[in-house]
Amino acid sequence: MATTTAPTSSHPAEAPNQVKHRPDRNYRRKQRWGWLFVAPFALIFLTFLILPLVFAFRMSLFTSTLATGNKFVGADNYIKAFSDPIFLQGLGTVAKFALIMIPAQMLVALVAALVLDNLATWASKFSRLMIFIPYAIPVVIGALMWGFLYSPRFGPASSIFGIFGLAAPEFLAQDNIFGSLVNIVTWQWAGYYMIIIYAALRGIDPGIYEAAVLDGASDRQIALRIKVPMISSSLVMVVIFALIGTLQFFTEPQVLRGVAQGAIPTSYTPNMYAFSLAFSYSQFNYASAISFALGIVVFVFSFIFLFLTRKQSGLK
Amino acid sequence: MKAKFLATAGIVAATAVALTGCSGGSGSGGGGGSEEASCTNTIVNAEAPQVTVWAWYPAFNEVVDQFNNANDDVQICWTNAGQGNDEYTKFSTSIESGSGAPDVIQLESEVLSSFTIRDALVDLTEFGANDVKADYAEGAWEDASSGDAVYAIPVDGGPMGMLYRQDLFDAAGIQVPTTWEEFEAAARKLKESGGGAVIGDFPTNGRAFNQALFAQAGSVPFEYDSANPQEIGIKVNDEGAKQVLEYWDGLVKDGLVATDDAFTADYNTKLVDGSYAVYLAAAWGPGYLQGLSDADPTAVWRAAPLPQWDAANPVQVNWGGSTFAVTEQAKDKELAAKVAMGIFGNEEGMNLGVDKGALFPSYAPVLDSPEFADKEYEFFGGQQINKDVFLDAAAGYEGATFSPFQNYAYDQLTEQLYAMVQGEKDAGKALDDLQVSLEQYATEQGFTLK
Repeated sequence: MATTTAPTSSHPAEAPNQVKHRPDRNYRRKQRWGWLFVAPFALIFLTFLILPLVFAFRMSLFTSTLATGNKFVGADNYIKAFSDPIFLQGLGTVAKFALIMIPAQMLVALVAALVLDNLATWASKFSRLMIFIPYAIPVVIGALMWGFLYSPRFGPASSIFGIFGLAAPEFLAQDNIFGSLVNIVTWQWAGYYMIIIYAALRGIDPGIYEAAVLDGASDRQIALRIKVPMISSSLVMVVIFALIGTLQFFTEPQVLRGVAQGAIPTSYTPNMYAFSLAFSYSQFNYASAISFALGIVVFVFSFIFLFLTRKQSGLK
Repeated sequence: MKAKFLATAGIVAATAVALTGCSGGSGSGGGGGSEEASCTNTIVNAEAPQVTVWAWYPAFNEVVDQFNNANDDVQICWTNAGQGNDEYTKFSTSIESGSGAPDVIQLESEVLSSFTIRDALVDLTEFGANDVKADYAEGAWEDASSGDAVYAIPVDGGPMGMLYRQDLFDAAGIQVPTTWEEFEAAARKLKESGGGAVIGDFPTNGRAFNQALFAQAGSVPFEYDSANPQEIGIKVNDEGAKQVLEYWDGLVKDGLVATDDAFTADYNTKLVDGSYAVYLAAAWGPGYLQGLSDADPTAVWRAAPLPQWDAANPVQVNWGGSTFAVTEQAKDKELAAKVAMGIFGNEEGMNLGVDKGALFPSYAPVLDSPEFADKEYEFFGGQQINKDVFLDAAAGYEGATFSPFQNYAYDQLTEQLYAMVQGEKDAGKALDDLQVSLEQYATEQGFTLK
């Protein structure tokens, strides 16, 4: 890989006096065009992301309660957030989700990608599409759909279990809601992660497999000892995506709450807590603080994970 | 080169403007009205100033058209911004941002003080609200005012009654219960008859429904007066509430009632397919029932008064019911107040609401009219349900006081009731825990507890 960069360093002599000025002007002119093309995006990025973020951060430094007015409190809201049992409990919930849900998604995605990578029939293309399709369904629609599938009245579970003379589990009951949510998320996201992993697998030079076969490696050994290590940077990326998504878990439980208000309280995850604080209980300041506190947690977790996997991800 | 550069810059700028959606307000015929002017209805008189209204009443478009045709000097620009909480969320956000609220808004009476405490609503007494006081049912007026201030004009009410399946009752040999004791006996008899139906549902997310049942046994959960907004009395675990909740906990434990979440697709189906023999309903319930699909075609629905704790001293309660309030963001508050009082404050408008929208009017001239009392409902086999049930219930209702954080209080109530039906705690403990959490919340929010 290093060889491709070699030619540029082979003409160091002509650069200093002759060409230096012109590329610079050229470069600056090009840069101007660049800024122009970036402008629409930058404008939207500023107005809809950076400015609201700054505004929300400013809000999080104030407090305004229902009965009293607005006053500056500095970091008080953050201290309150990190000692708020409801917020911490929500963090505990998403941590639990992260522990169960991420491995589940990874396993499904990795196995599917490895199997598809080995097949070269029309069935593999078809399966690839089928596994990916749930990702193409908007999250809200997917969650609504599952709400009906889980419903004891409209869902297929009671008839399926009925064949074997069993009672269907109550998917929306307090004890089962966790698994039901894990199932929705895995169904929706495994296909997307599968595509990322699959793309990485296709990027591996097939010559390596030939060499491995010559050395007497079995299919399983090729998969586990060669393919998996060679796509480790993609796996790290997938875990980071999943980690960030899981810590910010919101849409699925929020939608499912429509049919299971008892089992999913308003403060089930930190994001749901922030949402209900702001829009149901009009505590916009504290909600901003909760959101930033969650942002800090997400950042710290992602950072720790990236640090621990710096070798696999190639960041080192 | 230069020209090309400028041309490109122009295109980019135009794109940016288009993408950020600064299309500017092209308000149609705005004379002092609001600039967004994306009305759902058509404006009849384009010269007149417009008042924006958010509301979700059924068949409201006809009421708006009627109003706009009848008024030359003001026009309603109506938007349906969602039902209940959906609308409140938007309203709440626009209060926080200081713009975007309509001039007149439909609010249920239970959330009024949640918005008055944020100075979002206009006291209508200075615009002549007290002049029309006599036109409205007393309990409804009480719910819309706080102390001397009047924050909204009542539109419809929700006096409660009992809708029941005569066919299921007959099959199980059950008489219509008039007390809660008889209701429990009927529930047992129904279960033993083996028809598969339970007598009813006790939804843990019933919110105002649960609260209304408590109120029937004399529970007064909150004491609050917006003239003294920093002080609140909380007593959600009083004797009345405990008595009622223990009763329902018993029914739940014995499997005599279901505990399905209300207002889900499952619940809607079970209401009409014979899973429940009784629907404890407000006066808007019959309209709600008729709008549901998958109904059992052989169902025979009838209405009866809500069972009582003490048949000798009946207590009437209310579930829901809504009002029109004027927001602080209204540009012309006097005009907005006129609209709030005028939409349903005349017989033509209210009759449309009653006939097309199945509203139970708070407007006395319609409420007290013989036509309304004698109205026969085909869905109930020609029964005059207003005369038989709801008019008495409305007349007996004395009003209730809600907290300025009612949404929070209801969410907490749901959590506690759910814990109770899951068997984690008994009724008394659930209400005591609710009391603690609400007291703590009120203190955090800077209230002084009475």
